[in-house]
Amino acid sequence: MNNDKKTEDGGDEMMSSKQGNSGTSRRDVLAGLSAGTALLAMPWVARAQGETIRIGFPTPLTGPFAAEAKDQVKSAELAVKLVNDKGGIAGRKVELLVRDDKLNAGEAATRTLELIEKDKVHAIVGALSSAVQLAVNEVTRARGVIYVSISQSDTINEVKDFSRFTFHEALNPHMTTAAVAKHTFKQGTKVAYLVADYAYGHEMLRGFKRAEAALGATGVGEILHPFGAADYSTFMPRLRSMRPDILCICNFGRDQANAIKQAVDFGMKQQMQIVVPVLLHNQRLAIGPEAFEGVIGGANYYWGLEESIPSARAFNDAFRAANGGAVPTDYGAYGFTGVYSLLLAMEKAGGTDTDKVIAALEELQYDIAKGPQHYRKCDHQSVQSVLVLESKKKADMGGEADFFRVVATEPASESILRSCSELGLPA
Amino acid sequence: MDAELVAMQLFSGVALGAILIMVALGLSIIFGMLGVVNFAHGALFMVGAYAGLWVASLTGSFWWGLLVAPVAIGLFGMAIERVLIRPLYRRSVDDPLLLTFGLGYVLVEAVRILFGSDGIPFPTPPELAGVADLGIGFFPIYRLFVVGVVAAVLILVWLCLEKTRFGLIVRAGARDPLIMRVLGVDIARVWLLVFGLGVGLTALGGVLAAPMRNVNPEMGSLVLAEAFVVTVIGGMGSLVGAVVAGLLVGVAISMTALFAPEMATIVMFALMALVLLVRPQGLFGKPGRA
Amino acid sequence: MTLSAQSLDAAPRPLRARLAARRVPLSILALSLLPWILPSEALAVNVLVYGLVAVGYNLLFGYTGLLSFGHAAFFGTGAYVTGIAIGRFDAPLFAALAFGVAAGGALAFVIGLLSIRTRGIYFSMVTLALSQLVYYIALQASSWTGGENGLRGFTVSELNLFGWTVDFLDPVEKYYVIMAFTAAALWFVSRILNSPFGSVIEAIRENETRARACGYDVERTKLISFTLSGLICALAGTLFALHLAIVPLDILHYHTSGMIVMMTLLGGAGSFFGPFVGAFAFLLMEDVVSLWTPHWQIVVGSVFILFVLFLPKGIWGTLMAWRAGR
Repeated sequence: MNNDKKTEDGGDEMMSSKQGNSGTSRRDVLAGLSAGTALLAMPWVARAQGETIRIGFPTPLTGPFAAEAKDQVKSAELAVKLVNDKGGIAGRKVELLVRDDKLNAGEAATRTLELIEKDKVHAIVGALSSAVQLAVNEVTRARGVIYVSISQSDTINEVKDFSRFTFHEALNPHMTTAAVAKHTFKQGTKVAYLVADYAYGHEMLRGFKRAEAALGATGVGEILHPFGAADYSTFMPRLRSMRPDILCICNFGRDQANAIKQAVDFGMKQQMQIVVPVLLHNQRLAIGPEAFEGVIGGANYYWGLEESIPSARAFNDAFRAANGGAVPTDYGAYGFTGVYSLLLAMEKAGGTDTDKVIAALEELQYDIAKGPQHYRKCDHQSVQSVLVLESKKKADMGGEADFFRVVATEPASESILRSCSELGLPA
Repeated sequence: MDAELVAMQLFSGVALGAILIMVALGLSIIFGMLGVVNFAHGALFMVGAYAGLWVASLTGSFWWGLLVAPVAIGLFGMAIERVLIRPLYRRSVDDPLLLTFGLGYVLVEAVRILFGSDGIPFPTPPELAGVADLGIGFFPIYRLFVVGVVAAVLILVWLCLEKTRFGLIVRAGARDPLIMRVLGVDIARVWLLVFGLGVGLTALGGVLAAPMRNVNPEMGSLVLAEAFVVTVIGGMGSLVGAVVAGLLVGVAISMTALFAPEMATIVMFALMALVLLVRPQGLFGKPGRA
Repeated sequence: MTLSAQSLDAAPRPLRARLAARRVPLSILALSLLPWILPSEALAVNVLVYGLVAVGYNLLFGYTGLLSFGHAAFFGTGAYVTGIAIGRFDAPLFAALAFGVAAGGALAFVIGLLSIRTRGIYFSMVTLALSQLVYYIALQASSWTGGENGLRGFTVSELNLFGWTVDFLDPVEKYYVIMAFTAAALWFVSRILNSPFGSVIEAIRENETRARACGYDVERTKLISFTLSGLICALAGTLFALHLAIVPLDILHYHTSGMIVMMTLLGGAGSFFGPFVGAFAFLLMEDVVSLWTPHWQIVVGSVFILFVLFLPKGIWGTLMAWRAGR
C-alpha cells in the first residue's frame, strides 16, 4: 500500500486558501494536517507492527481433485481466520496465498518458485498428489523454506527426500494399511489384491503385505492394473477364481471409485469383503451409497468424530459457521491441520524465524481436530490417530453427509510408523 | 489357469471391445469421409454421458437418456461441423485436427463449469442390474445389454451405408468428393450429416458406458487414446476395420490382463505403432490415404 | 542526371529486411528484458524454455511442414537424461547437458526414421503413438525415472562458468545463464534456416512432389530436420530440468506435445521469433487467467480455436504479414 499523499501535507496550500475563504476554519486545517501526517506515518506504523505472515498454499484447483482442493482451501482459510481473530501471531496478521498447481509437478515447482521468490512467503503448506509434494519439497529444501506437506505418501518420509525444513502432516500408506488390516484381516483370512501400478499403489500393497504377514493372513494373488484404467472387467474373472475372503483394492480417487463400482457390478460383494486403504468422502459422493455399502477403509478424519472428540466438535462447529452448515471432509481437514499446526508453532516461536519455527514444530504437541498429534523428530511425520471407517447403507444414513460409521480408531502412536532406521534416518 | 477362466477372459475382452467399437466407429467414419481427425471425440463421448445423465435425471428413466442424448449430441456435432470445421476444409489438412484439439479442452472445461469437477453417480438401471451365470462365470447383465445394443447399432449402420441411397453417396463421397460435386450432389450437406452421425455414435457410447464407469469430466481422455489405437489398427474409414480392430484390441487387453495387466496400455500403443509402420492404412483401410 | 555509385549504395534497405538480418541479436535483446516484463523470474524462465521447445518444434512444423504430435518425447528425454546424469552419476554440468541433448537427438533420429515413411495424418498419429510409448516406458522404469513421482535429487545450486561462480538459486542469475544457452541455440537455428538446407525444407513444405522432382532427397532432408528439431527440444528439456530441479512425468505426455503445438501456432508457425511470442502469450494467459478462475482451460482453448479459425499465422506471423502488406 503506497500512501503517496505528499501533496496533502497541509502546509502552504491550505494556509493560502484559508486566507481567501472564510469557510475553512482553523479546526479544519488542524484536522487536515493531522490526517495528512497520520496517513504519511502509516507505512512506518504498519512496519513497526510487523509485516504480514505469508503462507503459500499450492493445491489442485484444476483437475480431478478440484473438489478436494476447494475443501482444503476452505479449511486452510478457516485456520488462518481463527488465528487472525485472536490477534494474529505476535501481532502480525497471517495471509494465505492460494495457488493452482493443476495436479502437475512441473506447474507446482513453478508456483513454489514464484511463491518463494516473488511473494516472499515464510512457509508453504499443501500439495495433494505425491508427485506434486515431492516437487514442492525439492524446491523448498534447496532454499531453506519450511514446508508442511499434506499429501499421503510413504516416499516423503524416506531419507532420499528428507529435508529438515519439511514436515509431513498427512497419513502415509504404511499407517493406513496397518490400521485397516488390523481390523479386517484375521488369522487364515485369504486376501486378494487389485493394485494400481504406480508408486502409491505399490506403497499400499507393501503396507498390506506386511500387515498380512504379521496377522497370519494369506495372500492368494495380486493383480496390478494400469494407473488410470477406466475398465476393470478384465480383472474380475481372475480375482474371483482366487476365491478370497477379502478383496483389497489398492488405488485412489477415480480409480478406486470405478474399481469398487465394477467389482459390485460383477457381484463380488456377495462373496468377499471389499477393503481399501483410504475411504474417500468425495468418491463416495460420486458413486453413491449402494456400491460403497459395506466397504471398509481408512481415513485421517471424519466429521462424525465430533461425538467422541471435543476438538473435532470445535473444528466442525467453526467450519459449519464459516461455510453455511457444511461439514469438513477428510482431505479438507488436512488443509486445516496442516496450516493450524504450523501457525501454532510460529506462535510458540514468536515469529517466522526458520530455525525457531522448526524447533517449535519438532516439540509441538497439538490437538486441533482429531485428538493428540505431534511430529516425530527423525522424519518429521505427524504421529496421529488413524480412523477405520465402514460405508453405511442408505437406510442407515442419518443425514445427507452421514456416509460412514467409525469401526475403530487406531490411537496415535509411533509404533504404527516405520522405524527411523528402516527409513534410513538417524533416530 | 483353467479353460473356464480363459474363456471368461475372452468373453470380457469381447464385451470390452463393444464400447471401443462404438467410439472408434464414429472417429473412423469422420476421418474416412471427411479426412478430419477429430481430437474432440473423447470429449464428445464424455458430453454424451453427461447428456444421458441429465435427460435421465429429468425424466427419471435411463431409456430416455439412451434415446435422446445421442441424437441431441449428434445435432450438436453438426453445429460444430457447420460453424467451426467447414471453414477449414479449404485450408491445410492439419487445421481441423488442431481446431478439434482445442475444442476438446473447451468442452471438458464447459462440462466442469456446468456440472462441477466431481464424479456424478449414474446407477445401473434396475431392469438391467445383477449378474448372469454364463456357465463359464458370472457376468453383469448390463454389459451383455451393451454388447447387444452395439451389435444392433452396427447392423443398422451397415445397412444404412450399404443399402440406402444416402449410404451410397457417403461411400462415393469418400472415394472422390470432386466428382460427387460435379454430379450435382451437395457434398457439404453429406459431410454435415456424416459428422453428426459420427458424433452421435460416440455420444451413444458415452451413455452406454456411464453406468459402468464413473461419469466425470475426464472420462473421455483415455477413451480418445483407445479410439485412436482401434481406428488406426482397423483402418481409418472402414466399418469392418473398426469392428475387427475393436474386438482385437479388447481381447488383447483382456488377455494381457491374465499375465501382465500393467502392460495393457503399452501393448495397445505398441500395436498401434507397429501397424502404422508396417501397414499404415490399417488392416482394412484403403491404401493411398497414407 | 547521372547514376552515381554512391547514391545507389546509399539507398536504404527496407526496415523489415534489416530487422530480419539481425533477428538473433534482436531476439536476444527481447529475451533479456523478459524478467522485467513478467511478474516473476520463474515464469520468465518457463517462457525461455518453452519458447525454445517451440522454436525446435517450429523447425519441423513451421518450416518443413510436418505436424508431429510427439515432440514431448524429445523434450522429456533431454530433461530425464540430464537429471539422471547429475543425480545418479554426479556428472559435471556441461557433460550432463551434452548427454541430454545427445539422447534427445538420438531418439529423434530413431522416431524420425520410423515415422518419415508415413505421410499426412498418419505421420501425426505415428509420432503420437511412439511418444506415448516413451511415456509408458518412463512410467514403468521407475527405478531410473522415479515413475509417477518424477525425478528428483539433482538440484544444482552453484555453477562454475569460466571462473565465475553463479548462484543458481538466485532467480535473476539463473535466468541469464539459461538465456545464454537459449541464445546459442537460437543462433544455431538461425544459421540452419539461412543455409541452403533451410531453403530445401521450406521447399518441401510448399510442394513436396516438386522438391522431389527438382532432385532433392526429400526423405533424407525430412529426417535431418526431424533430428535437428529433436536436438533443440532436448536442449530445452535439459534447461527445464536445471530450472525446476525436478522432471515431472507429464513432460512426456501427449498433453505436453499438444501444448507445444498450441504455443507454436499461437505465436506464428514458420516465423523465427513467433514461437517465443507464442510461449509468452500462452504462459502469461494461463498464469493470469488462473488467478481469476480455475476454469482457465476454457479461455485458453477458446483463444486457440479463434486463432486456428481467424489468425492461422499466429500473433507474430500476422504482425509480420501485416507489416509486409503495408
